[in-house]
Order: sequence, then structure tokens, then C-alpha cells
Amino acid sequence: MAAELSGRLIDAAVDAIRVSADRLTALDQAIGDGDHGVNMRRGFEAIAAARADLAALPLDQALQKAGMALVMKVGGASGPLYGSLLMAMGKAGAEGTDLAGQLAEGIAAVRKRGRSDVGQKTMLDVLVPALQALEAGTADGLASAELLERVRAAAEEGLAATGPMRATAGRASYLGARSVGHLDPGAASSALLIGAVCDVLAGEA
Amino acid sequence: MAERVAIVIVSHSPKVAEGAADMVREMVGLEVKVAHCGGNPEGGLGTDVARIRAAIEQVYGPAGVAMLVDLGGAETNSEMAVELLPADWQERIVICNAPIVEGAVMAATEAAGGSPLAEVRATAEELAP
Repeated sequence: MAAELSGRLIDAAVDAIRVSADRLTALDQAIGDGDHGVNMRRGFEAIAAARADLAALPLDQALQKAGMALVMKVGGASGPLYGSLLMAMGKAGAEGTDLAGQLAEGIAAVRKRGRSDVGQKTMLDVLVPALQALEAGTADGLASAELLERVRAAAEEGLAATGPMRATAGRASYLGARSVGHLDPGAASSALLIGAVCDVLAGEA
Repeated sequence: MAERVAIVIVSHSPKVAEGAADMVREMVGLEVKVAHCGGNPEGGLGTDVARIRAAIEQVYGPAGVAMLVDLGGAETNSEMAVELLPADWQERIVICNAPIVEGAVMAATEAAGGSPLAEVRATAEELAP
């Protein structure tokens, strides 16, 4: 069961990146160096190539291995950022932490790796609201479907909020005020992946 | 001869990395070991954790390694590569906050004189804005 879930999560994440790679690149051309979609696709194709091995593993181990694949294959800063996110989540999962706890550990790793925080126009502006929605919804005892819907909505709202932000971390910060008015590419890929994960988990419920 | 601090140059561009390493050898000489790498895993512009780790391994010694990197991902990927190395190595590897070409030349000049890692780094970082 857990192994099947790993496989479905991999497929959904890989599909999401394949479908949207060009859009991510277009966003990155506006305020970065224009390689985010290409880099993410390279990383997730590496995960797709390792699907058989990964899907046979328990989820926590699959997350750690997939994270390492991203670190080694992406070729941009998003490799270590997403790699650290997944590796920290897997490590927390191996210790028996629940999904919210895993995401919190993953986010802590991204903060540390990127030396950044919420409000700087980065992937954290999506990940942190998604975690908050997950925690709040769990505390309110929401049913799975509604909980996942709130997480997805929080991620989308977080992404939209990066538009008017001025970047103060990452490549876009070189642009200063000119970064205002564009969605952050890393926030966009994070929202995309959270949506993909929510789809799979909603199907499980 | 005493061990010298080694230099590792990491650029998004293989040509920039190679050129910066050439400048170090030309201006400082061969007594300081220099390794360089650039390009993503497919050879395009970007950086590659595996190749960065290999470059460090190529020149690592007990005196340590000073790294000079260019934009964004080069720094993040270099940090990642360092973390994949043994813990006792990690203490002797620093990423200098300095411009890549000038920093590499200045760091190597300081290293050639036998200075310890902290001084090599400080000399390179004097160039930071």
C-alpha cells in the first residue's frame, strides 16, 4: 500500500513538472536566469527513470532517495532546495513524524539551505502557508478531502501573493523593484507539486 | 614543502571556470593546486553537485580548500557538495564570498605564501563589495 502510494506520488509529480516545465521557464525568464523549468524537468526525469526502485521503497526512504536525485541532477539552486526539502521530509518520516511534521522539517531545511524566509518571494511563500493550512485543518478535525482542498488553496494563494512582492532572496533579488509584478518561479513549482500531491492523497481518501 | 591551501573554482560556465583556473596558474604558479568545474549535469550552463564534489576531491589536502563560486546556484550546489564529503573535510573547506576571478587569484596568491585557510579566505573576501 505504502509502496503503491510512492509510485502514484512520483507519477503525479513527474507529470506536473513535464506539463508545466515551459511555463516555469517562462516565469524564470522574466525574473531569473530562465532555466527553472528545464532544471526541474531534468531532476524529475531522473526521478521518473528511477521509478521502479523508488516505488518499491517505503515512502520515507523514497523521499530521501528522490531528494538526492534532485540534488545531483537539477543543476541549479532548486536542486539542493527541493532535494533538502524531500530529504528532510523523508528523514522525519523515518522517525515516525506525521505529514505536517515532515513538511515542517522539510521547510526548515529549505530555510536553512536558502538562508531565506517567508515574504522574500521564494518557494517558502507557498510551502509555509500550505503547512499552516494543513496544521489548522488537522487541528479543526477536517475530513481529508476538505483538508487537502484547503492546503491546495493556501498554496495557490501563496503563489499569487508572490506577484506583488519584491524579491530579496535568490536570483530575482538582483532585479530589486523590477521583480515586482511577476510570480516567483520556485513558488510556482512548489504550488504545482503541492497540487499534484493533494490530487493523489485525495484519491486515497 | 608545507601543504598549501588548494583552490576550487565553480562557475555556471565551464569556460569561465577553466579560464579563471588558467589565470591562477599563470599569475600565481603551480605550487597551489587548483581544480575547476562548470556546467550542469548535461553540460549546459549551471552547476553539478557531483562534479563539484569531484573537483574538491581532486585537490583536497590537510591545509584545506578555498572555494570561489559565481552566481546563486553555484553557491547552493557547492554547499551541498561540501555536505556530501566526510565531516572532518567539511571543517577545512570554505566558500569565499568574493568575485570568482579576482577572488581565485588573490586566494591563490595568499595560499602560495603558505597562509592558513582563514587568511586565504580573508584575503579573497577583502574584494567583496
